[in-house]
Amino acid sequence: MNTIGKPRRRVDARAKVTGQTRFADDIMLPRTLHCKLLRSTLPHARIARVDASRALAHPGVHLVLTGRDFPISYGILPVSQDEHALAIDRVRFVGDPVAAIIARDELTAFEALDLIDVEYEPLPTLSGPEDSLAHPEPRLHEYGDTGNIHKIVSLEFGDVEAALALADHVFEDTFFYQGNTHLPIEQHAAVAVKDPDGKLVLYSSTQTPHYVHRALARALAMPAAHIRVVATPNGGGFGGKSDPFNHEVVVCKAAMMLDRPVKICLTREEVFYCHRGRHPVLMQFTTGVRRDGSITGMHVKTLLDGGAYGSYGVASTFYTGALQTVTYHIPTYRFQGCRVFTNKPPCGPKRGHGTPQSRFGQEIQLDKIAEKLSIDPAELRLRIVEQPETLTANYLRVGTIGLAECIRRVTRAADWTNTFRKLPHGRGVGIACSSYLSGAGLPIYWNDMPHSGVQLKLDRSGGVTAFCGATEIGQGSDDVLVGCVAEVLGIDPLDIRAVTGDTDLTPVDLGSYSSRVTLMMGNAAIQAAERARDLLAAAVSNKLGVPKDRLVFADRRVFDTEQPSTGVSFAEAVCLAETMFGTLGTTGSYTPPRSAAKFKGGGVGPSPTYSYSAAIVEVSVDPSTGWIDVPRVWIAHDIGRSLNPTLVRGQVEGSVYMALGEALMEEQTFRRLPPRLSSALVHKFPSMLEYKSPTTLDMPEVITELVENPDPRGPFGAKEVGQGPLLPVMPAVANAVYDAIGVRIDEVPITPEKILKALDAKAAGKDPRFGPAHFPDIAWPDALQVPPPWEGGDGKAINENVRRAKSDARDRTSKSTGSEVVPS
Amino acid sequence: MQNHHIALTVNDEATEVAFAPYKTLLEVLREDLNLCGTKHGCELGECGACAVLLDGQPVLSCLVLGVECEGRSVTTVEGLARDGRLHPLQETFADLGAAQCGYCTPGFLVTAKALLDEHAHPTRDQIREALSGNLCRCTGYQQIFEAVEKAIGDRSPERLALRESPDGASLSNEHARSAGLSGERHQ
Repeated sequence: MNTIGKPRRRVDARAKVTGQTRFADDIMLPRTLHCKLLRSTLPHARIARVDASRALAHPGVHLVLTGRDFPISYGILPVSQDEHALAIDRVRFVGDPVAAIIARDELTAFEALDLIDVEYEPLPTLSGPEDSLAHPEPRLHEYGDTGNIHKIVSLEFGDVEAALALADHVFEDTFFYQGNTHLPIEQHAAVAVKDPDGKLVLYSSTQTPHYVHRALARALAMPAAHIRVVATPNGGGFGGKSDPFNHEVVVCKAAMMLDRPVKICLTREEVFYCHRGRHPVLMQFTTGVRRDGSITGMHVKTLLDGGAYGSYGVASTFYTGALQTVTYHIPTYRFQGCRVFTNKPPCGPKRGHGTPQSRFGQEIQLDKIAEKLSIDPAELRLRIVEQPETLTANYLRVGTIGLAECIRRVTRAADWTNTFRKLPHGRGVGIACSSYLSGAGLPIYWNDMPHSGVQLKLDRSGGVTAFCGATEIGQGSDDVLVGCVAEVLGIDPLDIRAVTGDTDLTPVDLGSYSSRVTLMMGNAAIQAAERARDLLAAAVSNKLGVPKDRLVFADRRVFDTEQPSTGVSFAEAVCLAETMFGTLGTTGSYTPPRSAAKFKGGGVGPSPTYSYSAAIVEVSVDPSTGWIDVPRVWIAHDIGRSLNPTLVRGQVEGSVYMALGEALMEEQTFRRLPPRLSSALVHKFPSMLEYKSPTTLDMPEVITELVENPDPRGPFGAKEVGQGPLLPVMPAVANAVYDAIGVRIDEVPITPEKILKALDAKAAGKDPRFGPAHFPDIAWPDALQVPPPWEGGDGKAINENVRRAKSDARDRTSKSTGSEVVPS
Repeated sequence: MQNHHIALTVNDEATEVAFAPYKTLLEVLREDLNLCGTKHGCELGECGACAVLLDGQPVLSCLVLGVECEGRSVTTVEGLARDGRLHPLQETFADLGAAQCGYCTPGFLVTAKALLDEHAHPTRDQIREALSGNLCRCTGYQQIFEAVEKAIGDRSPERLALRESPDGASLSNEHARSAGLSGERHQ
C-alpha cells in the first residue's frame, strides 16, 4: 500500500491552515439580506396573537414571517414530524422560534425583533421526566406513545428473571448521566439563494444535506429536484448539525419570496437553544453474575429527558439499550426505555448517540462486580469479551473484535498491575471499555437503496475527480474519499479533486452521522475506483500486450509487474482508456448487509461492524477540596485498519478530550426564574464562558494505541474511530476516582462538590457514594419476547401480533371513553 | 449612521476602510475587507476563534472596535504566508493533524505565531498557557502542541535555509512522511 496506513497531510489541510476553507458564514453574495429569529421567552405557552406591523414598518425590514407561513411540519425521523419552522400556535421551550425578520443588515433585523408584539398565554411546564410522567396532560404533542411519553419500549431476549435466579450475585445500580451539548466552535449558519433559473439553493453548515434536502421539499412543498442543498464544511458538528433546522427552512422560504440571497448566522446563545445534544438519562442496571464473573443476564432500564421535540429521540431511546451485548457476552437481556417530552431545547444525537449514558452505568457496575468478586477489573472484562463473528442475544451481528487486545495494550502501557489499588490515597486508576457502530445498518427512512454513492470522472488531462454526498465536518471525509481512490489507482491523494456534500452535483450519501462515512463511502469509493482501474487496465493491456492481471497501478504509473520498466504514465493510461471506451466515468455504491433482527425496534443497533476501545484514566483527587486532576489517559482503539494514522489519532484524542469535558464539567442544565420573572424554565448558562469545556490547561497527556486487525467488511479493513473512543473515558474516570479515594460517583459530571458530598457520606458511615437513589416506577408495556439465537430464535418476536392486538384494543377503548391512555 | 473612515496596515499592506462606527474589528475584517479567514464562535470574547495580531500582540477581534485601529497594524491568517510560502506553523499544523474542522485554526495560528515571535523555544507549558484562550472542540489540543513544537524546530536557521531552497518548500506528502507519526516524537 502506498497511501493507506501512512501518516499524511490531509488533502484539505492547506485550505484549513490558510483560512480559505469556506464555511457557511463566509459566503458573501451581492444583495444579501439578513435574517434573525424571534424566539420564545416562555417555556410553554399558547400564542394568542403575533403582531408584526411595527416591525414591518421599520426602515430596512423586507419581510416578516410567522408560523402561518409554514403550515407543514417536518422532522428528522419519519415517526417524529413534529417541528414547524416557526411556531404556529404554541411554543414549547425558551428559544422556540416564533417569527423571523429579514432585513438589509443584521443590526436592523435585531432591532426589528423588538418591534414584534407577541401575546402569550402561559401553559404548565414540564421541567424533567418526573414532571412528565406525573402529568400526562396537557400533552406537549398530539402524538407519541401516551401522555407526555414520546416513546416507551420493552424488549426481552430470553428469560432474564430465570437467569438472575441462577446467578451467584445480582447487582442493582442506579446511575444518572447529565445532558450536555456539542459546542461546535462554528455557530450554525445558512445562506439561501434563488438560482437564476428559479430553483432554490441552500448553503448550510449541516452534517446531513440529504435529509435537509428531503425536509425542505416537504416543509416548503417544493419538488426535491428543484432544491439544491450544499453542505459547507462544518466548523465542528459532533451530531449538533444533523437535524433539519428552523433557520434553514426560514431562509429558504424568504429567499424564494424575495428573490435575493438571505443569510442567517445564529448567535452562540441560539446554538445552545438548537441543542439536539446528549439526553439526560436516569438508568438502572440489574445484572446477574457467576463467581467467575460471567454474566447470566442483564436488565437495563433507561429514562430519557427528551426536551420539547422528537428529533432523533426514538433512535436515541433504543440506542441506550442496544450495544451492551456487543461488548460482553450477555446470554439473556431485557431492555426497557422511556423518553419523555419536557419544556427544554430538544435533545438528540451527540457523539456516541444514546450509548455513552448506558456505557457509563455498565462499566461502573462492572467495576463494582469485579471488586465484590475479587477479580481484577481488567481481567474480568477479558473473561467476558463477546466472541467475534457472532450474533448477540439481541440479534446484532458482530464482526471482528479487537477488544481483548485493546485491554492488553492499555494495561501494559499504563503498568496496570503495579498501579491499580496500589497508588497512594488520593491517586487512582480506572479502566473501562466500549464498542460502537461503524455506521447505522438502516437509513433514517427505510428503503433498499445504497447508503453511499461515489462517482469518478477521469479525463485525458490525467485528472480524477471524486464526487460523493459525504460531508466534511472536520473528521477528514474528503481525505478518506481521495485516499481510497488514490490507493486503488496508484496516484497521490493530492492528484484527486474531491467534490462533496452537494445534492445537485454528488450522488447521495446519507450524511456524517453514526460513524458511517469511512466504512460506507470508503467501500463505495473503492468500488468506483476498481471499476475505473479495470477500464484503464484493459486499455493499457491492449496497448502494451501485457495481460491485465499482470498490470500494477502505483507511483502514478501503470506497469507490468514482471517487467516494471514496461508501462505508461497514469495520465497516458487515462488517454488510452478514453480512446477505447469513450468518456470515462464510473460509480460505486454501498448498501449495508441486511440486519438479522426482525422485531420492532431491531432497526437500531445493527451495523456492518463494530469498533472497540479500552481506556485507563489516572486521576488525583484532593480530599479536602474535591478537586480532580487527570494527568494521563491511555486509550487503545480497535480501528480495523488505520487509513491515515494522523487523522485516526486526532479522532481518538479528540474523543478523549470531549469525554473528559462530559466526565468532569460539561452540563446543559436549566433553572426556574423567580415567580416575579414568570417562573420560566431557562437555560442556566447559554454562553461559552459559563458552559465549561476543557482548555489547553485542562487537557492531560493521552497515550494512544491503535489496534489493527483489518475487518473484511471495512474499506481496506477500516472501522470507525470518530465516536467509539469517547465512550470508555467517562466511566474510567469514575472508576479511577473510586480507586483514588474510595467513593463512587454514579453520575456525570463528576464535580468537586459531588466528591465532597460522597466523602461526607463515607465519613458519616453512610453509603460512600453520590448518585441517584432510585429509578421511578414506570408502567412499562408488555415486553416483546425475542428468543436469542441459542434458544432457537429467528430474530422475530414471538408475541408481536398478540401485543399489537392488545394495543389496538386499548386504543379503541380509550377513544370511545376519551380516557387517558395508560400503557399496560 | 455615518461611516467611519480609517487608515491602517493589514497584513503589511496600507489599507483604508469605511464602516459603521459600531463595528468590531472582526466585522470590519470579514465584512468590509473580505478577509473571512478570521472566524467567530461567540462574539463575546469566550472562544478565541477571532484572534488576530494587533501591533504584533494577539487580541480578540470581536472585543476590539474598528475605530480603535486607526494607524495600527493587523495581522490575520491571510498574512501568515510569505512570498507564496506557508508560515512554518501552517506547514506543521497541516502535516500533523492540528487542524481538523479548521474553524478555530486561524485563531490558534496567529496566537502561536505571537508566542514564537516572543519566545524562540517555548516549553510545552508555555505553549499551553499561550493557547489557553483558544478553544478547540476537535483535536484535544495534543496535535496542536506538537505542531507548535515542530514549528520551533522548523524555524531553526538550517531548516529555514532548507525551506528557502527550491526543493524545500514542497506541498507534497513527502513533508508529512519525513515528519513521521508525530506521536512517536513526543511520547
